[in-house]
Amino acid sequence: MGQVILKSVQKKFGDLEVIPNLSLIIPKGSFTVLVGPSGCGKSTILRLIAGLEDATGGEIIIDDIDVTHLEPSKRKIAMVFQSYALYPHMTVAENIGFGLTLAKVSKKDIQKRVSEVAKILQLEKLLQRKPKQLSGGQRQRVAIGRAITRNPKVFLFDEPLSNLDASLRGQMRVELTELHAQIKATMVYVTHDQVEAMTMADQIVVLNQGVIEQVGTPMDLYDFPDSLFVARFIGSPKMNIMEGEIAEKYFCQKLGVRPEHMEISKEEGLLNGSIRHIEKLGADTLVYSEIKGYDTITARVVGNLEMKIGDTIHLRFDKKHVHRFSNGNRLNTQF
Amino acid sequence: MPAHKLLGMALRYLLLIWIAMIFIFPIVFMVISSLKPDLQLLSDSSSLRAFLPVGDISPTNYLSAFDRAPILLFIFNSVLITGITIVFSLFLCSLAAFSFVFLSWRGQGVIFAIILATFIVPFETIAVPLLLIVNNLPWIGLEGIKNSWINSYHVQIIPFIADALTIFLFVQYFRDLPKDLIEASRIDGATWFQVYRRVIMPLSGPIIATAAILKFLMMYNNQLLWPIMVVQEESYRPVMLGLQYFFQLNTQWGEIMAYLTIITIPVLIFYLLLQKAFIASIASTGIKG
Ligand SMILES: Nc1ncnc2c1ncn2[C@@H]1O[C@H](COP(=O)(O)OP(=O)(O)OP(=O)(O)O)[C@@H](O)[C@H]1O
Ligand SMILES: [Mg+2]
Repeated sequence: MGQVILKSVQKKFGDLEVIPNLSLIIPKGSFTVLVGPSGCGKSTILRLIAGLEDATGGEIIIDDIDVTHLEPSKRKIAMVFQSYALYPHMTVAENIGFGLTLAKVSKKDIQKRVSEVAKILQLEKLLQRKPKQLSGGQRQRVAIGRAITRNPKVFLFDEPLSNLDASLRGQMRVELTELHAQIKATMVYVTHDQVEAMTMADQIVVLNQGVIEQVGTPMDLYDFPDSLFVARFIGSPKMNIMEGEIAEKYFCQKLGVRPEHMEISKEEGLLNGSIRHIEKLGADTLVYSEIKGYDTITARVVGNLEMKIGDTIHLRFDKKHVHRFSNGNRLNTQF
Repeated sequence: MPAHKLLGMALRYLLLIWIAMIFIFPIVFMVISSLKPDLQLLSDSSSLRAFLPVGDISPTNYLSAFDRAPILLFIFNSVLITGITIVFSLFLCSLAAFSFVFLSWRGQGVIFAIILATFIVPFETIAVPLLLIVNNLPWIGLEGIKNSWINSYHVQIIPFIADALTIFLFVQYFRDLPKDLIEASRIDGATWFQVYRRVIMPLSGPIIATAAILKFLMMYNNQLLWPIMVVQEESYRPVMLGLQYFFQLNTQWGEIMAYLTIITIPVLIFYLLLQKAFIASIASTGIKG
């Protein structure tokens, strides 16, 4: 239920071309995450699917119906806003049931549906409160509740968790994933957060200035980034990118190695320098080193590390873990 | 509290008290004077006694004021005219503002600019052309068809329903409302009118109260020039025209003060009611502050 197809969709704001030409298939029932730097057009794409913006060109198809020129309410979508956008003058129950009230559903049916939804989201005790009497996490749940009520085919989320603190975000992440498993609707989710993208998505779409850089599963994108942009964008801490002598050795312009594939070696090798900064995360330790001839190189080491800032360090990596790029694109040829 | 803060607060209070006095003294003078016979009123007016209930105090002026003019009729007329104008004005001006802020249509900017431009046109300049228009407009009312609006309530209401200030106030307020709310209600399936009625208006309590108070003052206090031009029959006259009754034959200042005191009462009632509504609506929606 809820396949979304974007065919050559374009969007201009006056002279500003935000989406030059975008085609994308969002499979039904998938959890698709849109990521990309600020201003790359993520929200615009979501709003185009929702019908809050009119496409300048192209077609938007939801479940074989061309919705390009349909009203938002006719598209069988629901949207959760970053600001939650709850109606301040209505109670939680009224907020959740507003769509049904507008659709002239009978009072009894509305009440039934609202209590079903409240049960899914554990909002039963809060139904008579106003939004301003709720915590951030509770407001978030109400916003999701409002989206669920009308049984939409597609849920659209625009950075829904970015106003929550870290622990609540972790909890909501799990709840949303469970919700997705439970109601099996298509979800399109915009985020800035690496962890959200990696943990929640079936499919990640990486955007750069309104253009799709790569579409794939999280592990696809992580293990086989098509471009330097994706390589830099996916993964935290970022992939180390090295140029010059070491790249030439591998017959490419830029050589990428993920921090967890950097190992500390006892003997001098290609990468030698001194430790600039150490971050102890508990399970792992991040070591930032000043390497001669290169920028800062990050290494992720399992467990604790008995070294300190200023110590001499030698790094090495296995050649099976390298990512090779020329002209910004991945090289898949053998070397 | 440190000394300089204390001093600052004292100064602020002094200023506020001073401003309050400027506003309150005329009212005190009016009420006190209404209780005095004319001779004493005039002799007191050169001293502080003008503000004190001393000497020959009695409600005589009130009794004779009621004899001289049909005060209750005038108050009824004014409240009716003002009330109906406010209701229609709030409805139509907020709708207009809604379309300027939330909808987009061709010529929007130009029309809004023209509306704002009418700010600087004083009523006196349009009074005569307006008179010529309403004089020849037909009207279907309870008494059948008439071919002029002269001598009626509606001639005192309809020309004042739409005004630039009220539209502007709503436009400013609407611009500050979170846009997400409107988008969320569009996705929930609300028509534009439902967005207006079920989302925007319930959140607009503070501005509705403000606009209503301003409109009330504009209407109630200014019903003078226009009623003189269009109302000859006593039965449609508003309070401000009633004042004329007291300047005819022998001018009785005490009665004038009594009359003014009486017609101030609806203003106070209206103001206090709306002030409560104003505070309540801010507290309940929590959208601002
Ligand atoms: N209504 C609008 N009018 C003009 N330009 C707009 C409008 N909405 C968005 N833009 C522009 O379109 C571009 C993409 O905006 P969009 O909000 O889609 O970015 P985003 O990827 O969601 O960014 P962020 O991560 O910061 O939310 C930006 O350059 C923005 O300035
Ligand atoms: Mg955005």
